[in-house]
Amino acid sequence: MTEARYDRAPADESISETHAGARADLFVYTVGLLLSVLLTATSFWVANTTLLWAPGVALGLAVLAIAQMGIHLVFFLHITTGPDNTNNALALAFGLLIVTLVVAGSLLIMTNLNENMKMSPDLMNLHMQR
Amino acid sequence: MSVAMAIHGGQPETLIIESEAGPAPKRIVVTYGFWIFLLSDIVMFSALFASYAVLVRATAGGPGGAQLFNQVRVAIETGCLLASSYTCGMMSLAIGSRRRLVTYLFAAITFALGATFLALEINEFAGMVARGATPQRSAFLSAFFALVGCHGLHVTAGLVWLTVMMALVATRGFRPTVERRLLCFSLFWHTLDIIWVGIFTVVYLMGILP
Repeated sequence: MTEARYDRAPADESISETHAGARADLFVYTVGLLLSVLLTATSFWVANTTLLWAPGVALGLAVLAIAQMGIHLVFFLHITTGPDNTNNALALAFGLLIVTLVVAGSLLIMTNLNENMKMSPDLMNLHMQR
Repeated sequence: MSVAMAIHGGQPETLIIESEAGPAPKRIVVTYGFWIFLLSDIVMFSALFASYAVLVRATAGGPGGAQLFNQVRVAIETGCLLASSYTCGMMSLAIGSRRRLVTYLFAAITFALGATFLALEINEFAGMVARGATPQRSAFLSAFFALVGCHGLHVTAGLVWLTVMMALVATRGFRPTVERRLLCFSLFWHTLDIIWVGIFTVVYLMGILP
């Protein structure tokens, strides 16, 4: 009888209790920290520099933020594509679907509404206060 | 069984064991349930993000992001939260190898960094209220305080939770119940950092763009 294979709990480190396993986990956290620091520093630089094409900065910031969220998921929360992680990844995928629907849907509907109302920005501003 | 064997082409031993293994250990079930809760929390935050993005221009003649936000403070807050996420990971490793003193040490560092973050945020809110930028002032400020304040409340809850967990470790040691809760705590803390990445990008960095 071999041991049954279960899913891995999210944020659980590698199953191995050996010294080498613990060192590998430490390495994973440290790599995650370094990558996060790099991406955060880049975000702050991109927001403040005048070297980049201004209209593209917001999109660049969004891409950097999504990349850093991915880094956190992989290196801190240990979400992988392995077979012992399928349930965790599927739950995350469903969560992301809802997040996308809520954010993109709200922005789309409100932009469309603003356009159809054809208010001047000042009037719209006034309208939003009430 | 025969169909499964035909599909997988052999290895009947493994198939029997997997199908008769029974329910997963409690550690996995509990943590998975908590993961689902955290995802629902993220969905709630996404609604707050969406309302902020819709209302960000509705300043009603009041102060906007460019006048209110201090980038140095946000950078320090971000550093605190990121470092506390790392020390929280170190704490999980110490728990895994059953080293109690190291666990207390990293829990204390995590708590101190979280408390520093919270102090900076309360200081920022107090400064904004003193300048008349209260949640009642404009739709933009209502959305701002709802989003950032909700994250701050989560961090406060996390600090209380961490204190309770350390008291549990001190009185009961590393028994399975305590260990499961500690794993849930680290999940919670890392998720808060992920949400903060969204906040400092969407609110603070995009807020100061011309």
